[in-house]
Amino acid sequence: MSKTALSLSVGLAAMLAATPAFAQTEISWWHAMDAELGQRLEAIAQGFNDSQDEYTVVPTYKGSYAETLTAAIAAFRANEQPAIVQVFEVGTGTMMAATGAVNPVYQLMADAGEAWDPSGFLAPVTGYYSDTNGNILSMPFNSSTPIMYYNKDVFEKAGLDPEVAPKTWAELETMGRQIVESGAAPCALSSAWITWIQTENLSALHDKPFGTLENGFGGLGTEFVFNGELQVRHWDNLKRWSDEGLFQYGGPAGAADAAPKFYSQECAIFMNSSAGRAGVITNATDFEVGFAPLPYYDDVIDEPKNSIIGGATLWALNGKAPEVYTGVAKFFTYLSSPEVQAKWHQETGYLPITNAAYELGQEQGYYAENPGSDIAINQITRGTPSANSKGIRFGNLTQVRAIVDEEFEALLAGSKTAQEALDSAVERGNQILRDFEAANS
Amino acid sequence: MQTKRTIFPNKLLPYFLLLPQLAVTLIFFIWPALQAVKSSFEREDPFGFRTTFIWFENYTRLFADPNYVNSLSRTAVFAVSVTILSMCVSLLLAVAVNRVLRTNRVYTTLLVWPYAVAPVVVGILWWFIFNPTIGILPYMMRGLGIAWNPRVNGDQAMILVIIAASWKQISYNFLFFVAGLQSVPQSLTEAAAIDGAGPFKRFFTIVLPLLSPTTFFLLIVNINYAMFDTFGIIDATTSGGPNQATNTLVYKVYADGFLGLNIGSSAAQSVILMLIVIALTAIQFRFIERRVQY
Repeated sequence: MSKTALSLSVGLAAMLAATPAFAQTEISWWHAMDAELGQRLEAIAQGFNDSQDEYTVVPTYKGSYAETLTAAIAAFRANEQPAIVQVFEVGTGTMMAATGAVNPVYQLMADAGEAWDPSGFLAPVTGYYSDTNGNILSMPFNSSTPIMYYNKDVFEKAGLDPEVAPKTWAELETMGRQIVESGAAPCALSSAWITWIQTENLSALHDKPFGTLENGFGGLGTEFVFNGELQVRHWDNLKRWSDEGLFQYGGPAGAADAAPKFYSQECAIFMNSSAGRAGVITNATDFEVGFAPLPYYDDVIDEPKNSIIGGATLWALNGKAPEVYTGVAKFFTYLSSPEVQAKWHQETGYLPITNAAYELGQEQGYYAENPGSDIAINQITRGTPSANSKGIRFGNLTQVRAIVDEEFEALLAGSKTAQEALDSAVERGNQILRDFEAANS
Repeated sequence: MQTKRTIFPNKLLPYFLLLPQLAVTLIFFIWPALQAVKSSFEREDPFGFRTTFIWFENYTRLFADPNYVNSLSRTAVFAVSVTILSMCVSLLLAVAVNRVLRTNRVYTTLLVWPYAVAPVVVGILWWFIFNPTIGILPYMMRGLGIAWNPRVNGDQAMILVIIAASWKQISYNFLFFVAGLQSVPQSLTEAAAIDGAGPFKRFFTIVLPLLSPTTFFLLIVNINYAMFDTFGIIDATTSGGPNQATNTLVYKVYADGFLGLNIGSSAAQSVILMLIVIALTAIQFRFIERRVQY
């Protein structure tokens, strides 16, 4: 045996013997971030893995939010669940009801002895994910809120001031008409997430209830009431604008067609999650983009309320070894550190979920350098949240959102009026709430 | 009728020969089917902590739901249209290819290609072509003054999924029809030609009846295809929308069970779907097969 081979094999044997000392606890993390967001997320896991050598976080992409939730539930039933799963805000009601499946984050942090100060987080974010006793059940991670993107070049072409975005819906209609009639763009407005933006957030902004019992925060016996005057009026407007060609529908849920309409300069204004910012910056290369808060009806409310959040949080699932949860707690601490959060927020357009991360961004001069990047946070933190604007919490909200989308499509197709469509959505939605109540009590 | 039967003298041998197939059927079909029947009588929270036996409530609720009844009729329209469209077009293509003597292999290869494409890819392909924002066809149709928007118009969305689903199945049907056509004896058609029968007369009185076993087989396969295998195509093109216009039974099972996490209702729907297919197949064998000449 040659010397090198000998030393190699000795080295190998030493390594093998030493392996147990380096044994790392694996923490599986299922998420729903694909493409650029997915890469940014993996960079966070990598950053944590490099920062210590006891734990390894293994992120796995599981498809859309709905698919990730379904996969986690199926895995839980088969006792193959991940330690952490990313669940969108719509799934919050479902997860909260599943007390036996969840290791609540406030308890998890206490068990692991990790310093954890919920007051450092943005109030609208923590409020959304707390139980009735004020305990936070899941770790805020990527929270967003809808904002308005607009095409400054088209505004200029239409003879409008590109620096002034429509503040109210009345202004939006006037400006939109000017854009279409001047031929600057064939369409004025498109929107992703009709349910989330044009119904849920619309209600919150105008301080109107979406459901009873404080929008579902008060218990399972809640009922929907989003077929009020304001919502009917708004849907009526959207239908009228759709007929006139001012508004173009981009599809249900995330509206696959809405973003392309904006990128191709077909529609001048685009309402979407603040997390769409990364995509807008990548795709809108031929024109200048303006950012603005969502418009409101100034005859309904003088000062619009805060908008409500979307996005997802991280839930720890039960059934793992104690050392895994210690690792999860350490990872959560890392994740919510100002540096990690500020970076994630600035790269993606998600909200900075802690005040420290927001302040760090201000110190770094990020908001001054990137005008419009603080629209989302200003919009969600303005005023004092009311019972109608602190968020919504309903079981099986995924199904309800699908129903609202369907009814909106029926409205656009002309088979129902706005009142009929919203009445029907409320009625069908209430049925789903009763199912959820029956299955969880 | 007697000729269709084979009599085994040994009583046990046939069962023994059937054993592997029976085992596979039992494990991969009967057992899951029974599980589905069981959950269709239950209401359960998504995580499976609480299960309540609720008798037929899942079923009664389904039939009281106008959307489910709507989904039934949508499925019927979809399945019948896909079956007719894909079979007629592929028969036409098969007859055309069969008439070409020298280059028919080239045509056959080209026509079979779409079958190798995965359903989701087919869906996305047609979604792109027909997309009202970025598609080429709506752009051309707009030039002709036709407003094409399957995002809002349910009938257009239905046309879109029918075309997409048929396009994929045409290749499969085509292969069988070509094989069937090539087994029609030349002597018969030649004799008829000599007797003065024109091409249409020859096709409808000689070729088509001789193709009846193939046609019957394809009929069953196509209906089952339209009812079960088109899930990927619908998911990628319309996701059942707009306003449930293309929400076929199998897609609704997926949407309610996997997206809505309503396992009881989803199970009840799959049981009903299973019964429908059993009934359809039984009817086909009972009434249509009598007219088939082997």
